[in-house]
Amino acid sequence: MNRFIAFVKKEFFHILRDRRTLLILFGLPLAQVLLFGFALTNEIKNAKIAILDNDKSQHSQQITNKLLASGYFQLQENLRSNHDIERAFRKGNIKLAVVFPTGFTANYEHGRSTQIQLLADASEQNTAISLTNYATAIIRDYTAERNPNAQPPLTIDVRSRMVFNPELKGAFVFVPGVMAMVLLLVSALMTSVTIARERETGTLEVLMVSPLTQGQILLGKVVPYLLLSFVNGCIIIALGVFVLHVPLNGSLLLLLSETLLFIFLALSIGIFISSLVDTQLVAMFASLMAMLLPTIFLSGFIFPIESMPKPLQIISNIIPAKYFISIVKGIMIKGAGLQYLWQPTAVLIGMSLFFMGLSLRNLKTRLS
Amino acid sequence: MEKAVSTNALTKKFGSFIATNAITFDVAQGEIFGFLGANGAGKTTAMRMLCGLLKPTSGEASVAGFDVYRQSEKIKQNIGYMSQRFSLYEDLTVRENIRFYGGIYGLRRADIPAKTDQILQKLGIESVADSLVASLPLGWKQKLSFSVALIHEPRIVFLDEPTGGVDPITRRQFWDLIYEAAHGGTTVFVTTHYMDEAEYCHRVSIMVDGVMKALDTPAGLKTAYNVDSMDAVFQILARGTSTK
Repeated sequence: MNRFIAFVKKEFFHILRDRRTLLILFGLPLAQVLLFGFALTNEIKNAKIAILDNDKSQHSQQITNKLLASGYFQLQENLRSNHDIERAFRKGNIKLAVVFPTGFTANYEHGRSTQIQLLADASEQNTAISLTNYATAIIRDYTAERNPNAQPPLTIDVRSRMVFNPELKGAFVFVPGVMAMVLLLVSALMTSVTIARERETGTLEVLMVSPLTQGQILLGKVVPYLLLSFVNGCIIIALGVFVLHVPLNGSLLLLLSETLLFIFLALSIGIFISSLVDTQLVAMFASLMAMLLPTIFLSGFIFPIESMPKPLQIISNIIPAKYFISIVKGIMIKGAGLQYLWQPTAVLIGMSLFFMGLSLRNLKTRLS
Repeated sequence: MEKAVSTNALTKKFGSFIATNAITFDVAQGEIFGFLGANGAGKTTAMRMLCGLLKPTSGEASVAGFDVYRQSEKIKQNIGYMSQRFSLYEDLTVRENIRFYGGIYGLRRADIPAKTDQILQKLGIESVADSLVASLPLGWKQKLSFSVALIHEPRIVFLDEPTGGVDPITRRQFWDLIYEAAHGGTTVFVTTHYMDEAEYCHRVSIMVDGVMKALDTPAGLKTAYNVDSMDAVFQILARGTSTK
């Protein structure tokens, strides 16, 4: 046991002596969370719109006011004719145009069918869809308020409610994703580099000749990073909850345990990578390529897995972050317990054992 | 005298390549045993088998009385090892390196400070005890590396090309340390390709293409081949050229 403690202590010296390691370890998560949390958001606020009011009446004015009061829209210009619509879009400074036809109020008051035209700039298709949805909802709201008793026969009234995230906040998606990414990156990168460094300097050979067992060497490499990464995980959770206001509906204990499990998996992958490569540089690139890119693109962190082509959907099943993200979302946002999350948890445990076993074997054969 | 290392037809094959071919030799306790050979002659492979880093393909070997197949853990506790790339951590101080190796070799925590002082004093490097190893000159690193390999007072110490890249004076000083250790009863098993160093060994073996071509005292070898330097002996055996 004393041998093991001496080994772990040495690892801490390595980490604390190396400014760059420390910076990556603690600077990266902070920067990522704040960047993704604040800068990258798919919520829409103050989208610029144009109004073409051919009716200039009471109702068209009130609907316009209601749209602008919602906070989603901001009036860029009042158009005078249909020709202006195209010009305004061309200039690129409006995202949506609202057109009231002549006789709008008259038709509306007499109970005849009326129309409002919404034109959206679909060169940004997601924004266009969101904006027309918001505007439609606001206009429908207006008519409902006006005629609370009007029950047009035989119409189906669709009401949607966004459960778990009624305000459609982007941070709900990004915080679990960033957490997975940072933990995976930091843990896997750090361990793979530290073992490759021992190999490069020849000290690994000396360790293998010493009475330390292979298990002790691997564990000694893992323990310091496990602790530091766990602190990291806690910082990210705290930032998410207190700064970005992501709810924590489930059990904190479960969340922390799952985080620890995921860190252990990331470390196993790091050791696995280092058991395959010879130099720190290769270890670093391998970790980045094998971890960062698949995690960003295939974990469902940025692009929804459901809308990927079938082959990519299948590949996404081997991305550890996919399971961790669904677990974190489940716990924090849906308040789910282990009875709902045992499946992804089991996958993470299985992956950890797989990589640990493989790297133990590799390390042995490679030294021979 | 008790044997520190004993092998019988020790062989290692990598696929169809025979790295060491049925080598048989004994090393006595307290002996300085030189292991000579060109690069790729199989000396590193033989040494790795004796250190428990590599499983032999066939043959027998025991180190410090323990079998290399079944008792490699016991062997590891009784040997010291210094690789050609030293084995010190450059981002740790001298003191921290000593403490680390003392720790992993199972020295009692209370004994480590005294042991540290003893090493620092012997090498005359007390002034840099708290400097990073990276800042030390090469010769000091080598001596420190050797002392660290002996920290648990092993019965045998394996030195894999320990004097690569240093000047002859530093090399001479390094050999003083080796003599001192051997005098204290430690067996020194050293690989080298410096022929002047071969002269310092009690006995030397010369490996060529995986086969042990000669094994005797330096004086014995020179007489046998009727030349006046180890270098000439090596030329005859390894390159097949005669300087006679």
